[in-house]
Amino acid sequence: MCLAIPGKVIEIVDAGRQIVKAEVSGVRRNVSAELLGEAGQADCVRVGDWILIHAGFALARINEEEAAATTRLFQAMADAYADELMALRRSEIE
Amino acid sequence: MRFVDEYRSRDSAQRLSQEIAALLGSRAYKMMEVCGGHTHTIYKHGVEDYLPEGLTLVHGPGCPVCVIPMGRIDDARFLAEQRDVILATFGDTLRVPGGRGSLLDAKARGARIRVVYSPLDALKVAREHPEKHVVFFALGFETTAPSTAATVLRAAREGVRNFSVFCNHVLIVPAVKALLDSPDLRLDGFIGPGHVSTVIGCKPYQFVPQQYGKPFVVAGFEPLDVLQAISMILRQLSQGRAEVENQYTRVVRWDGNPHALALIGEVMELRPHFEWRGLGFISHSALRLRDAYREYDAEKLFELPSLRVSDPKACQCGEVLKGVLRPWECKVFGTACTPETPIGTCMVSSEGACAAYYHYGRFQRRRADGARPL
Repeated sequence: MCLAIPGKVIEIVDAGRQIVKAEVSGVRRNVSAELLGEAGQADCVRVGDWILIHAGFALARINEEEAAATTRLFQAMADAYADELMALRRSEIE
Repeated sequence: MRFVDEYRSRDSAQRLSQEIAALLGSRAYKMMEVCGGHTHTIYKHGVEDYLPEGLTLVHGPGCPVCVIPMGRIDDARFLAEQRDVILATFGDTLRVPGGRGSLLDAKARGARIRVVYSPLDALKVAREHPEKHVVFFALGFETTAPSTAATVLRAAREGVRNFSVFCNHVLIVPAVKALLDSPDLRLDGFIGPGHVSTVIGCKPYQFVPQQYGKPFVVAGFEPLDVLQAISMILRQLSQGRAEVENQYTRVVRWDGNPHALALIGEVMELRPHFEWRGLGFISHSALRLRDAYREYDAEKLFELPSLRVSDPKACQCGEVLKGVLRPWECKVFGTACTPETPIGTCMVSSEGACAAYYHYGRFQRRRADGARPL
């Protein structure tokens, strides 16, 4: 339930509503970045950032090395990761 | 699948295992991993195989699906059965038994239930079905509550009126406090939840060392993270310290995510009390929508039955959730209660202690000195 998976921000879809496109193991989905700060603030998310994603929202910004370590872990956890990735695939956030 | 594939990690696990054994010596300690994600990691990867005999891991209540009382499932089912209502829910809740069966049973009988990944997906369903009312079955700890709060704010901003939330968000700190106050459970330290702490940070746990004198180490979800957290707890115990430490610094900041906390505070407030399966009523342990957002609160929009339903007699989830019983010690474990036909919630979610034991077949403890290869 509290599983969160790392993804890389590949596009800012809607800057005003803070919707970004993130890529997680080849799956690309929209994610809300509004938990990371107000739109337009200096700490807003940028293309190339790595984020920790839970229930369609970025919970935290993480560095790439951390992201790689966490992805390896979740891939090792195979089924839990696959379930979460499957759930993400179902998402159609606008 | 084995614990780790890489030799480097294998070496690290072995090294941590030896360190833990040396720190423990001939003592016996009981530690609780609060989070169901850790329970999953521990049984999936056989972390206990690398722990000495004197160290017992007790599985905590940090699995939102496991602690939801049956009456709330019945309320969700009631909502799904209302005319022109679509209940949007995370997939994890479908098999949780209520007093009147599960949401899956309700779906089979024609109730409109939509599985979603995010509350924002539930909002999208509402936009696509203006003739229906969409209720999002919100549950989860502080990891998930900000997502619900942000979605309510977005619905309000965008003027979506056919959307509401059945709020069941629970808080980890009151649950930990209830366990510490429980007379039948003696714990020496806590492995703290990782992703909850990305939101709340490490500070809220300071009462554990300060008032109860127990170490509390926030940990990541890799098997090596868990082993390292155990070693950090043992080090505190051996040095006579009790502190909050953060093993998961690669993700968790000491102050958490203040913006996410502010969103929760904007939309939600504490309930005076909330029932937890197995733990009973705990004061100020859950969230509800503030009155300012009443038009998005399913509990205000619908007259829910809100009946208190006792757990089935055979079910011992309460004892398992408090760590008093080990999963396999439950009378119905693996016989009447299985993941396909669960009686209790601990058998439903992959983070539930019983489901983890059931899937990975770890009925017996094996030891680091038992010559089992990594």
